[in-house]
Amino acid sequence: MADTTKAQPVSSAALRRQMLAEFWFYFSENRGAVIGLFVFIALVIVAVFAPFIAPHSPFEQYRDAVLVPPVWVEKGNASYLLGTDAVGRDILSRLIYGAQYSLFIGLFVTTLSLTGGILVGLIAGYYRGWVDTVIMRLMDIILAFPSLLLALVLVAILGPSLTNGMIAIALTLQPHFVRLTRAAVMAEKTRDYVTAARISGAGPFRLMFRTILPNCTAPLIVQATLSFSNAILDAAALGFLGMGAQPPAPEWGTMLAEAREFILRAWWVVTFPGLAILITVLAINLMGDGLRDALDPKMKRS
Amino acid sequence: MFGFLLRRLAVLIPTFIGVSIIAFAFIRLLPGDPVALLSGERVMSPERHAQISAQLGLDRPMVIQYLDYLGGVLQGNFGSSIVSKTPILKQFMALFPATVELSFCAILIAIAIGIPAGVIAAIKRGSAIDQSMMGIALVGYSMPIFWWGLLLIILFSGILQWTPVSGRISLMYFFKPVTGFMLIDSLLSGQKGAFASAVSHLILPSIVLATIPLAVIARQTRSAMLEVLSEDYIRTARAKGLSPFRVVSLHALRNAMIPVITTIGLQIGVMLAGAILTETIFSWPGIGKWMVDSVFRRDYPVIQGGLLLIAGIIMVVNLIVDVLYGLINPRIRH
Repeated sequence: MADTTKAQPVSSAALRRQMLAEFWFYFSENRGAVIGLFVFIALVIVAVFAPFIAPHSPFEQYRDAVLVPPVWVEKGNASYLLGTDAVGRDILSRLIYGAQYSLFIGLFVTTLSLTGGILVGLIAGYYRGWVDTVIMRLMDIILAFPSLLLALVLVAILGPSLTNGMIAIALTLQPHFVRLTRAAVMAEKTRDYVTAARISGAGPFRLMFRTILPNCTAPLIVQATLSFSNAILDAAALGFLGMGAQPPAPEWGTMLAEAREFILRAWWVVTFPGLAILITVLAINLMGDGLRDALDPKMKRS
Repeated sequence: MFGFLLRRLAVLIPTFIGVSIIAFAFIRLLPGDPVALLSGERVMSPERHAQISAQLGLDRPMVIQYLDYLGGVLQGNFGSSIVSKTPILKQFMALFPATVELSFCAILIAIAIGIPAGVIAAIKRGSAIDQSMMGIALVGYSMPIFWWGLLLIILFSGILQWTPVSGRISLMYFFKPVTGFMLIDSLLSGQKGAFASAVSHLILPSIVLATIPLAVIARQTRSAMLEVLSEDYIRTARAKGLSPFRVVSLHALRNAMIPVITTIGLQIGVMLAGAILTETIFSWPGIGKWMVDSVFRRDYPVIQGGLLLIAGIIMVVNLIVDVLYGLINPRIRH
């Protein structure tokens, strides 16, 4: 029998490892992104192990230690490193438990808007025609409202709570995923590999989810990171306006709302919760910039 | 160009109808009796209920009610507030100049700092200046502005005592609004110190509201400049021996501005969302605070009307930006 050159099968595990290595190469070139990633990992650890890390309960009110300043300020107390709030709760412990809220909000809202957006976007981009027109007009309508205003009004309808706030925010973030998915699907749909898959008998579901979707992931991942930080910011803003998580929940925005009346007397009750929000959002945005550079050379900014 | 405008309008009209349906449906989605919600009366006899229902037209079919509402809206009748009983459009017109004044100053700050910062960062690409500017821009972009406002109040109003904490002008001054813009009205009043007072009230809220647009504009300007600076015609201009200043300001900046103008237009929506928080923190009597107060007072007709008015304004502004964009960049008209 004649020697035939055997096609070298590329193991998918090796391929995946190579892709991951390549991704890490580009991602790690961006110093800010790596710092963001480490801060984010630290936040996840703090949130998961909050009960072991926090020195006090986030709800325990130490009535003899009301508005104690941070430890490095005169009259500070080493037991309350970042001071206490107006009813004597330890601010550091509340911030640590607050990380659970923020990360959960980001995860929940992003998952909800991402899955919803992908589903609707795939349908719009795949079927086109009147389905597409109706969906895209609906998305235009949602985008015509400022997101925070729409979320605020939705919460006013549904009733102020963290769950309703998260659903409202997810709804306002979803159109971005729909638009991205639809655009990517339309670009991919006419490519040869899709035609090949269709001719070999793949049904619409297989075509949408197995053939086309995996090739549209890069912009979606970048948008998901942006949504994660937006969700945290908007949820904190709703909490601040009294329409998100309700007291005594140690959610950072809600903590700020409770601290507002003390701003000129006790700077620490205002400063630290906001700083926590800023650091979290900044870390995620830094990661987002790095992801964008690593995943999509076309979108590279510099 | 005319066809382009028509196409944009063709998209705008169904969107506006959709927005009005959402604003209309809103009160029907609320738990509870719409008659009680719209009249603001909690306990009423069945006769009174039927009377108000007929008075408000709530006993008619839903489609008729919607068309009636839409007809009213198109004639400028948005209904009346439950709490103050005044027409919604009148309230809106009284408060809107305050928001416009604040947003205008904010966008001015954002453009005046954001564009030069982006240009400098692009020219000095990779340098310490570039990195620190873009670092600051990312911090600004990530800023919870409600907290940023509180920090500025602590520093400038609390510790330094330079600026007042809230409002549009000191209570010492009183004059009839002419234009609704405090900066202009205070000058027209001729009262000594009134203008300075108006400026000192405006400065902190403007900075807070400018923060996110400033960061976005700086980042966008930098990336647009970087793209343009690598083009062939820039190299030609340099090779001709033009001064670097001329190359940047005359050749590069002009083309880099095209995407930046779109970005600035898109910031209007961001501003109106930011105004909700900024006006609440600084007790600025504009439409953002009006909406938040109405949500708390459960003044549903106001929420409904405000939602529609704000969305309408954003849609019109976006249309204007689109048309301007078409004017400066003929390529996208088709």
